[in-house]
Amino acid sequence: MAYYHDLGGTRHSFADLRGVMAAASPHRSGDVLAGVAAASAEQRVAARLVLADLPLASFLADLVIPYEADEVTRLIIDSHDENAFAAIAHLTVGGLRDWLLSNAADGGVISALAPGLTPEMVAAVTKIMRNQDLIAVARKIRVITRFRGTIGLPGRLSVRLQPNHPTDDPAGIAAAILDGLLLGSGDAVIGINPAGDSVAAAHTLLRLLDDLRQAYAIPTQSCVLTHVTNTLKLIEAGAPVDLCFQSIGGTEGTNSGFGIDLALLTEAQAATLALGRGTIGHDVMYFETGQGSALSAGAHHGVDQQTLEARAYGVARAFRPLLVNSVVGFIGPEYLYDGKQILRAALEDHCCGKLLGLPMGLDICYTNHAEADQNDMDGILTLAGVAGVNFIMGVPGADDIMLGYQSTSFHDALYLRDVLGLRPAPEFEAWLLASGITDMAGRLTTSPTSLALPALLDG
Amino acid sequence: MAELPARLAALTQARIGLPRAGHALNTAATLAFDLAHARARDAVHAVFDTAPLHAEFDVIDVHSAAPDRATYLQRPDLGRTLPEAQAARLTPTGAGTAIIVGDGLSATAVALHAVPLIQALLSRLGGTLAPVVAAHQARVALGDAIGAALGVDIVVMLIGERPGLSAPDSLGAYITWQPRPGRRDSERNCVSNIRPPHGLDHETAATRIAWLVHQARARRLTGVALKDESSVTIRLR
Repeated sequence: MAYYHDLGGTRHSFADLRGVMAAASPHRSGDVLAGVAAASAEQRVAARLVLADLPLASFLADLVIPYEADEVTRLIIDSHDENAFAAIAHLTVGGLRDWLLSNAADGGVISALAPGLTPEMVAAVTKIMRNQDLIAVARKIRVITRFRGTIGLPGRLSVRLQPNHPTDDPAGIAAAILDGLLLGSGDAVIGINPAGDSVAAAHTLLRLLDDLRQAYAIPTQSCVLTHVTNTLKLIEAGAPVDLCFQSIGGTEGTNSGFGIDLALLTEAQAATLALGRGTIGHDVMYFETGQGSALSAGAHHGVDQQTLEARAYGVARAFRPLLVNSVVGFIGPEYLYDGKQILRAALEDHCCGKLLGLPMGLDICYTNHAEADQNDMDGILTLAGVAGVNFIMGVPGADDIMLGYQSTSFHDALYLRDVLGLRPAPEFEAWLLASGITDMAGRLTTSPTSLALPALLDG
Repeated sequence: MAELPARLAALTQARIGLPRAGHALNTAATLAFDLAHARARDAVHAVFDTAPLHAEFDVIDVHSAAPDRATYLQRPDLGRTLPEAQAARLTPTGAGTAIIVGDGLSATAVALHAVPLIQALLSRLGGTLAPVVAAHQARVALGDAIGAALGVDIVVMLIGERPGLSAPDSLGAYITWQPRPGRRDSERNCVSNIRPPHGLDHETAATRIAWLVHQARARRLTGVALKDESSVTIRLR
């Protein structure tokens, strides 16, 4: 179905809904590279005017990727909750934006709506939202998940401790973990990206993580971020697997490029749940996403990268994740060129994920060939904190020496908690206090802690 | 233990045990990070100076379809495209192998390593060599079009790698059998991290590259099929 909008004698026409969606997105290099971006600034606004007047029900009839062609579309349509949708079925996209910003829409009401929203609906409404709208709406919504700790409570900010090492050296990784713990990080997860693809090496790292966690009695969870098929092998081998990690995308083809499909994720979730390692909850999946992955995999179907990212959240929400992390600046400047584009994508991703009921975190990051620096990260970090992000990354000195990019540091997390009055997950906060790492006010202490060096480092 | 024991910092290159001012990094640690990032940024934006290559070798300059750095960074497809007028500068000479030097993401790496690496290669490659091609605003796959225009069997593309925070000057070498537009990355072999004294030195890198070139010629292929039987570090991108 074609769409158009007349502006002062010029008719702006769009061949189909995905064309409207793509043209309505704020400018970003990945959509230009894909050849789907608006041809002019005016056409971009014309597309937003089309979207604003579009009934939400349109997204259930005019699919951006055909039902027959893509299992992610089938998941989105087949799992759509018409009862939840009934409350907003009469609204247009513009009407939904206005309602979300209204006092009537508090966090509980919006959360109840989530099963009635599709990824395309939330992508559309965020395209006509300013950055402050993305913050204000996301801030209303709390998504709380549990394993050994409680993540996402109001007034809390958790951190994934990311102690990567270029050769997966256990002592080097343990030293980085200790550094992070002493700086108050690690309540979202202690998660290692392994340098290699070896199952045996991942097994060694999982044992290291579990030994450290048990030795210090830390109320947190650990993860080696390896392919889901490796995690299945690790579970079979009896490795201490807390969480099952996987990168996911918003189309069947993207996921195929990642070597997964929905059936495999279902199998992996069941196998991880069967281990029963969670103490206060059983949210066991950890997903990472990022705008641009579908184009990178040659599986974007002419759909813009923000809409496809929202569809990846449509995949994530089928699996009750503990953590969903948009790795927002990792992919490079051909998808998000500069600090402005990375900021916009971060706020979009966080808001879309929260609207769909996901426990959103952000890897606020950049590569050295992007037009960005730590000042840009400071801005994104602060705004993400205001928006109520569930967790961020804690990388030693913000410099990931294995993945070769810059993210946020343990110190950045301390800054954010400090300026916004945010605290760690309650179980982890109690542990930090009991260990003498922080004081009652959440500040780092200068007194000795009760932590002894692990044997691995006590040379 | 309230502060990380200082000796643990020796266990990893990661930035651990950093000195603080309140919850922030202290001035020295902040500026040390800024310096590392500044060097990486300068490497990305450094201009490819081909004069040192011209001084040593017979060199032909070509430019990809990316007119400037900003376009190059946003349009990798243009960095892989050789405009017709540029291809016209290249003609088959009957040589079997071509060495191409591309700026890639670090002209700093090229400035430091290209000349000595090519000198080390010349004594090891054997056979006939086409003139060295200096490729501006180049991605790895630009070498396919250049190799096709030169009519060679093998191209060795020496190209600046994406700068890391502590490695702004790393050069990569990509070896491709029967280069032509459309070759996939899985059809190449790579020797990466050429960056003495921290990474591979020029002599070792040249030995590995020459081994791959000889194997490619003998087995008439490059890529994953060759990877399994070589001892070199392979990293495709």
